[in-house]
Amino acid sequence: MKNIEETGSRTIDVHGLARVEGEGALHVRIESGELQHVELEIFEPPRFFEAFLRGRSFEEPPDITARICGICPVAYQMSACLAIEDASGVEVSGEIQDLRRLLYCGEWIQSHVLHVFLLHAPDFFGLEDAVDLAKIDKNAVERGLFMKKVGNKLMEVVGGRAIHPVNVKVGGFYSAPKKKELELLLDDLKKSLDYALWAVDWVSKFEFPDVETSYPLVALINESNYPIESGVIASTSGLELSPKEFLDTIVESHVARSSALHAKLYDQDVYLTGPMARFNLNYERLTPMAKQAAISSGIEAGCRNPFKTIIMRTIETVVAFEEAIRLIENYTPPNPSYIDFKPKAGMGYGATEAPRGLILHRYELDSEGIIKQAQIVPPTSQNQAAIEEDLKKVVEANIGLELEDLTKYCETAIRNHDPCISCSAHFLDVDIDS
Amino acid sequence: MGKPKLAVWKFASCDGCQLSILDCEDELLAITEAIEVANFAEMTRKTLDGPYDISLVEGSITTAEDAQRIVDIRKASQTVIAIGACATAGGIQALRNYADVGEYITAVYAHPEYISTLTTSRPISDFIKVELELHGCPVNKEHLIEVIVATLAQRKPRIPRFSVCEECKMKGNTCVLVADKLPCLGPVTSAGCGALCPSISRGCYGCFGPTEKANTASLSAQLRKNGTSDSKVKRMFKTFNANTKEFEREFS
Repeated sequence: MKNIEETGSRTIDVHGLARVEGEGALHVRIESGELQHVELEIFEPPRFFEAFLRGRSFEEPPDITARICGICPVAYQMSACLAIEDASGVEVSGEIQDLRRLLYCGEWIQSHVLHVFLLHAPDFFGLEDAVDLAKIDKNAVERGLFMKKVGNKLMEVVGGRAIHPVNVKVGGFYSAPKKKELELLLDDLKKSLDYALWAVDWVSKFEFPDVETSYPLVALINESNYPIESGVIASTSGLELSPKEFLDTIVESHVARSSALHAKLYDQDVYLTGPMARFNLNYERLTPMAKQAAISSGIEAGCRNPFKTIIMRTIETVVAFEEAIRLIENYTPPNPSYIDFKPKAGMGYGATEAPRGLILHRYELDSEGIIKQAQIVPPTSQNQAAIEEDLKKVVEANIGLELEDLTKYCETAIRNHDPCISCSAHFLDVDIDS
Repeated sequence: MGKPKLAVWKFASCDGCQLSILDCEDELLAITEAIEVANFAEMTRKTLDGPYDISLVEGSITTAEDAQRIVDIRKASQTVIAIGACATAGGIQALRNYADVGEYITAVYAHPEYISTLTTSRPISDFIKVELELHGCPVNKEHLIEVIVATLAQRKPRIPRFSVCEECKMKGNTCVLVADKLPCLGPVTSAGCGALCPSISRGCYGCFGPTEKANTASLSAQLRKNGTSDSKVKRMFKTFNANTKEFEREFS
């Protein structure tokens, strides 16, 4: 639905930005050729997860918080598990951690491929959706759908279900998949890895506007591998913090007409999480073929063009396929499939990398394992201010464009960050006043 | 005659049920050849005006604006199908129905005055007539295709109406409730998932909602007899389908 008004200053009003997960609004006001105001609004009806988690058992957050987002339920499940285990002084490692990483690879694959092929790529062709894209390049869309299906299949085999997996348990898994079941996926995973390498090449030939950003990037890092299910939090501004220190450092503020909370580092810096942050902070830990694909595509660490996140997302898809194949080939079912533990009274913190960025959970438990307090910081509420910064740059650089073109440009700038507004709370409208 | 028009609408939800449509990877392009996707924000920028042959509605009604929006959607649609636990039962966010929403708002948000919400989260059928309800958190994507195809063919959709127990029997699962004394809602929960949880040595947690005439009182008694604490029994019913009369009576 689009509604264009002219009131001395131009106005574009788009209710319900398409091809994002969830719902929100954007307002841009331009007067006399000058950008006056940019605001990204999130007004998905509040669902109050943090409130009703109080009084629930420590065993429940993986199932309950999965329901915050149908696109990245595993991200919620994993951060929830880490936080509850942390509160109870339990550390999960070895085969159980590997299986968590494998499940998370499935989520990265389906979410990244959904975004690249169905949500983002149509913008680079000036098309409305992937159905129209299939009309001009069916092969590309079919390859995307194939990879997405394989990612979902991996989630089904490890998690029991692609949307809201049932097999995740605090401490591990209800049941470990058999090696044979996983090995049956290998042929499709290898074929998908080839497709993913092709996809890096495909998207790197798109035309990208020249936009540079300078806000700090924040992502997990760890010594051994590309961060997905574990790590400490690092930033390009030199921070290195535990999830606890990080949560004490960011300030969540509640701005008018938003059902998400904005997060800022030390209450001043805009920062960005997600593929561009991970890629820049972990370039050296890319898997071998992903590194090679990055070199061939010409993208390097230090790339700060948010329109090129689509390339980074395909490179990370290569990472996820390579890792999935490696983890399956080296798989030994954890036995037992979970660590059985008694909850302890205290505070626990968990941070993992959702496909669209850093996700943090904090729980306070009592000695019976009942949740006294819960805090969830999803990626999109952290990225909201950075998305607004990008929009300012895009509008200022293209202030002379026709309104329809400027609107599309703004929409693409938002999609660059794959906002999951269902996560933060949810609805994206574009409303440009100029 | 033009292609039938399908619209997908979102209310308070996680997006997972509408994502199930995009997860029909093998069928997606064929579906879009046979059907005109007239409104589906997660998939396309294109929007077509009604009337719509089918409106799939995801999510629950939690704001005054949404209570009006669903009425408008009803007027523009020949068939309305509510999909998922939020649209058919109010979803997990219906836990507010059993709490003080004012306190919930101050617990989560610094500025309660910025938040506008109803005190309850209600299913679509509380506001408008719905031709069909498809249960599940999330729905089964094969059922989703079946209800679309059946609606267009003007026949009754083939959706299982028995309980998860029967799915376990068909799969040859050992009963986790009887043999392992695991807390399991399978006897009172609608089939549709394929008995996912009992197949991985876990009790069913009721995502597909109650079966018709579910004997929840008997199950609650059995769970307690098996040693499940009273508070846990209540919590089991008080989750994704809490706001159904069958489950609600076991915790209120």
